[in-house]
Amino acid sequence: MLPAEANPPVTIPRLTAPRPTSPWALLASELAVLFGRLRTWALLLALAAIPLLIAAAVKLSSHPVAPGRGPPFLDRITQNGLFVGVTAMVVSVPLFLPLTIGVVAGDTIAGEANLGTLRYLLAAPAGRVRLLLVKYAAAAAFCLAATLTVAAAGALAGVVLFPIGPATLLSGDTIDVGESVVRLLLIAAYVTVSLLGLSAVGLAISTFTDVPVGAMAATIVLSVASQVMDNLPQLDWLHPWLFSHYWLNFADLLRQPISWADFGNNAILQAGYILAGGAVAFGKFTGKDVLS
Amino acid sequence: MTEATLPAELAIETRNLSKRFGHRAAVDDVHLAVPRGSVFGFLGPNGSGKTTTIRLLLGLAGATTGSIRVLGGDVPGQLSAVLPRVGALVEGPAFYPFLSGAANLRRLDSADPHAPAKSRAARIDEALERVGLTHAADKKVRAYSLGMKQRLGIAHALMRPRELLVLDEPTNGLDPQGTREVRSLVRSLAAGGTTVFVSSHLLAEVEQMCTHVGVMSTGRLVAQGTLRELRADGTATIRLQTPDIETAIRVLAGLGLQSELSTTGPGSDGLNLVSTGPSSLQLAPETVVAALVAGGVRVRGFGVENASLEERFVSLTGEGFDVAG
Repeated sequence: MLPAEANPPVTIPRLTAPRPTSPWALLASELAVLFGRLRTWALLLALAAIPLLIAAAVKLSSHPVAPGRGPPFLDRITQNGLFVGVTAMVVSVPLFLPLTIGVVAGDTIAGEANLGTLRYLLAAPAGRVRLLLVKYAAAAAFCLAATLTVAAAGALAGVVLFPIGPATLLSGDTIDVGESVVRLLLIAAYVTVSLLGLSAVGLAISTFTDVPVGAMAATIVLSVASQVMDNLPQLDWLHPWLFSHYWLNFADLLRQPISWADFGNNAILQAGYILAGGAVAFGKFTGKDVLS
Repeated sequence: MTEATLPAELAIETRNLSKRFGHRAAVDDVHLAVPRGSVFGFLGPNGSGKTTTIRLLLGLAGATTGSIRVLGGDVPGQLSAVLPRVGALVEGPAFYPFLSGAANLRRLDSADPHAPAKSRAARIDEALERVGLTHAADKKVRAYSLGMKQRLGIAHALMRPRELLVLDEPTNGLDPQGTREVRSLVRSLAAGGTTVFVSSHLLAEVEQMCTHVGVMSTGRLVAQGTLRELRADGTATIRLQTPDIETAIRVLAGLGLQSELSTTGPGSDGLNLVSTGPSSLQLAPETVVAALVAGGVRVRGFGVENASLEERFVSLTGEGFDVAG
């Protein structure tokens, strides 16, 4: 039915994809969009408020904090301000940090689908696997930013409100200020690693829906459920497999010498969740009909 | 239908393309053939499967059965080689409301690893200029009107030189002035050698800018060809006024025409008969009249009408054509 007259002779195009000229542009763009977003800054500000609240409460309280009362390390804050960061980390790990991670990780794919930008990213073509990797990398970067925010805001509040000096570790040894900062950063690294598994779970959930709020809520609910199950003795066989199992076990980083056993266990467990979450996300997303 | 055409001469070619959602076939056995260099109007009412077909062409959704070749490459097998050469506007524009127009283009352009980063800023300026959005480049897209978003979507499709542009309802939400601009933009792109595949539910739009047309109806491609072919492919209607109805029906049936009595028509001194047949019969009026007279029919009034393109589309896609305009 189509006449030949409409077709001028054409050359057959080459069918190999041209070499990528800017393969990292998408990651840079993803980070710029994530950290240029008002919502991200609101989340980080909320996290920064936690150590500030703790420091202010301890400073304004007329009674000295008795050891063993309140969150761990609370009593040490008056000796060494850097412990504000440690205490804030203990307070944030069960709920506040997972909350922010849930928002960011749950939004990864579902957020783009909801805006409709997912179809344009894929038609660009971003490549489905590449997009998943970039989205996960950005979520991981947010984990680091979130924990560093808690640590930095804590350290800052501590420096301003409390004396800074040699700190007594859990093992009874004393370390100087420089070493305390290193320990605080180690704890931030530990917590960052702890949140990587949850991020992968959030990414996987995010591939199943076009409603970001649903993916966020599901991710947060899972983080709470995991911690609840970790506290049920009837499920003790399950405990080592829960991604939250080692979340609060960073006290070993405050001993001399440092015991790295839980750091390693935690890293292996999180790597397992990254692989599993990544596999689910890959399996779902690569074959998904993008109809949003 | 296109067996004689070499695949390389087609910008888009689908065979037996079907997409089912559950029991419903959104796209049903579609054989598209879009020649290179053409402006192909993809016409059909809302919900006829146009956008789903476009999603399949771009690899956003997977076909249930059938094969797709775009610019000579298999979809989805060679998507990474095909898509950088295709600019697309799919089911309306979609942007990050919290980013500016220029930032949105930067974001989407950086998603393509083949897009040169060096020229990005210049290409963004140029694309915005081309759709008349330079003044709104730094405004958040949240504050854009639908028409502005539509323009930004077209700007995105034009960020790089493309061999094929897929534009899904590009004039949606545009005012008459914007519609005219899009039309002239499409013409100038086509003049530059770009194949343009443009979907629309507006016949007038397609008639004004397309060289080829495909018509979708309930998931099926019911007609496809050049605009001229499609016009010629219509129905010829003969209006006859005669007292000899039964004889006339017999004679016209002999010519391949089907007749029925009409209640409307000029004059009252005879009966009106409306006969229809495919225009491919190529019946000249004089031939028909001669046959009628030879058959003993007294002809009091006679006329031949070829269907307009619009009537043709209505007949292909059913009434209710422009329901959701």
